[in-house]
Amino acid sequence: MGVKTAYVAALLAGSVAWSGPALAATEIQWWHAFTGRLGDLLAEQVEQFNSSQDEYTVVASHKGNYSETLNAGIAAFRAGEQPHILQVFEVGTATMMAAEGAIKPVYEVMEEAGVEWDPDAYMGAVKGYYTTTDGRMLSLPYNSSTPVLYVNRDLFKEADLDPDMDLSTWEQVGEALDALKEAGIGCPLTTAWQSWVHLENLSAYHNVPFATKDNGFAGVDTELSFNGPVQVKHIETMGEWAKDGKFIYAGRRNEGGANFRGGECALFTESSAGYAGVKAEADFEFEIRPLPYWSDAEGAPQNTIIGGASLWVLSGHEPEDYKGVAEFLKFLSSSDVQAAWHQNTGYLPITTAAADQTKSEGFYDENPGTDIAGMQMTGKEPTANSKGLRLGSFDQIRGIIDEELEAVWAGDKEAQAALDSAVERGNQLLRRFEQANK
Amino acid sequence: MEKRVIFKGWLLPLLLLTPQVVVTAVFFFWPAGQAVWQSLFIPDPFGLKSQFVGLGNFEFLLRDPFYRASFVTTAVFSLLVTAVSMGVALYLAVLADRLIKGAGTYRTLLIWPYAVAPAVAGVLWLFMFNTRVGVVSWYLGLLGYDWNHVLNGGEAMGLVVVASAWGRISYNFLFFLAGLQAIPRSVIEAAAIDGAHFWTRFRTIVFPLLSPVTFFLLVVNIVYAFFETFGVIHTITSGGPQQSTTILVYKVYADGFVGQDLGSSAAQSVILLIVVGILTVIQFKFIERRVHY
Repeated sequence: MGVKTAYVAALLAGSVAWSGPALAATEIQWWHAFTGRLGDLLAEQVEQFNSSQDEYTVVASHKGNYSETLNAGIAAFRAGEQPHILQVFEVGTATMMAAEGAIKPVYEVMEEAGVEWDPDAYMGAVKGYYTTTDGRMLSLPYNSSTPVLYVNRDLFKEADLDPDMDLSTWEQVGEALDALKEAGIGCPLTTAWQSWVHLENLSAYHNVPFATKDNGFAGVDTELSFNGPVQVKHIETMGEWAKDGKFIYAGRRNEGGANFRGGECALFTESSAGYAGVKAEADFEFEIRPLPYWSDAEGAPQNTIIGGASLWVLSGHEPEDYKGVAEFLKFLSSSDVQAAWHQNTGYLPITTAAADQTKSEGFYDENPGTDIAGMQMTGKEPTANSKGLRLGSFDQIRGIIDEELEAVWAGDKEAQAALDSAVERGNQLLRRFEQANK
Repeated sequence: MEKRVIFKGWLLPLLLLTPQVVVTAVFFFWPAGQAVWQSLFIPDPFGLKSQFVGLGNFEFLLRDPFYRASFVTTAVFSLLVTAVSMGVALYLAVLADRLIKGAGTYRTLLIWPYAVAPAVAGVLWLFMFNTRVGVVSWYLGLLGYDWNHVLNGGEAMGLVVVASAWGRISYNFLFFLAGLQAIPRSVIEAAAIDGAHFWTRFRTIVFPLLSPVTFFLLVVNIVYAFFETFGVIHTITSGGPQQSTTILVYKVYADGFVGQDLGSSAAQSVILLIVVGILTVIQFKFIERRVHY
């Protein structure tokens, strides 16, 4: 057995070092942004695909965080050295879409390769973000998540609150926060990704536009519009909570996660993909609830939108290569791969079949709350306001939103003034993006 | 009349100069020229198409109140970093210069932080001052001070200044110490015999004789604060809160690599080039005159 293991190990090591012409398989380059556990799971998928056939070898390379990976892809394209597949986060979608000569839409890759492929198998709310208005899929959703509410049940009990209390509306959350604060809890509420949760998803969830032109889906001449009454009311309330020490701001990314996992915070709005981390670290009883909404807003709750990344196929390779890409994308979309990915990471399954499979395997019963993200997204048919966002320079616009929100949390600005200013500053960037992509 | 070595003919001096000129051309003039050229366009990130906008990028930038504010931020930041790192280094160097026992250990320990890369230094300081789990912010909390550099611009600025200056102190310390040791003992002893106290000696003899070192460090530190503190700012504040720590170089990065707006980024590089040029001229024209070699 020892000899055989060594032989396999040597073979594996050889295939890594020699993943080139020696194997006579077509090499497919995939650049991604995952490290740690997600990186391991990704490597597992690649390994599984490579060993399932011998025509193609997918080579996955980590290129830094999302921004760095996108930049690496862009720089490589300019140098003519681009990979076949590039993982791009959702805010880079508009940038990729606008680069018509640089990308090869997924539907086209599939069609040309003649791979059996059903675009309707994908969940509407997930693929909507990456499809054109006439329903053609441009990039393959890979890791998608949506914000949910995490509850520390132990802290609720400590504050003499019923941990099963209804928290579906922000009004109810407000009452809970009062009681938590009263009971001396240092951090009643914190959040990750404030712009994504409290403006982008808030808008979709309440069926109000984040930007004109169907949130940018209908054209690059879009303008931001998240300074409406629903958003202002929400940010104003959050600002008051911040002032009263009921909402503790920890940072722009997921810094708040450390506070929640450490048992310091009672409530935490964060991506459904944070589940694995919370489950691994929390030594208290926690629970996942749907993202709250304002009960007085008409049409709420609509559906939330996704965050995460999708896989873009870059142009400029041989047709033979694209066949391999098509096979690989088909493999990634298969129910088994998707169901495993969904259950291991907390990301949403991208096909309905994978969701059904997860359900029939009894995963949701064993892990209560893990189905909430899916239900929250698929409960209602997405509207023009809740299909997603397609805005140029959006990474930077998020930075602007972060700055203006920080001004509200610090008490330097009124909610209305801050959002007005974010809209105005963001619009300037949208105009530049429009100009660059005339 | 200055003494000059005069070459006969042109060929030999040109030949001798060529390597330097080639290096400068390839690594400076060519990229700088590219930046100037690019600053006149709004390209798309993939380089597929590009719009000529003349000085449009500059107009867009100079109209942006946040960009104008970034000049002030940069000036404040650079001055603070330079003043803190040079001040502390000079103080420590003067102390080390007077040490007789254990001077070697003391020196070695002081030089250590220089080996820490800016990004790592940033993370170290970030951990100490983390608003929730940081050691320093925890002690400050005990004293009744609520440290929150995530929302408070002044505190954020203070933190990036300290983190940037920290590693730099070692570097400055080395130069100051070498400078102090180069001052002839006899001069200082003579002054001491004349009855000059330590402070008088420092003010009238030591500091003027240190001026070449001080001037050199001033130039080097300002350049450092302008360009090399990127890692610290990126790890600690990412330019926030509300752009209160966005220095010019950080904005070049943010617009170019986060925003994919290469036109604006190139225009900013050109502006930065001009600013640094002006600073260098000022330093050599006005400050160097007061330096005694």
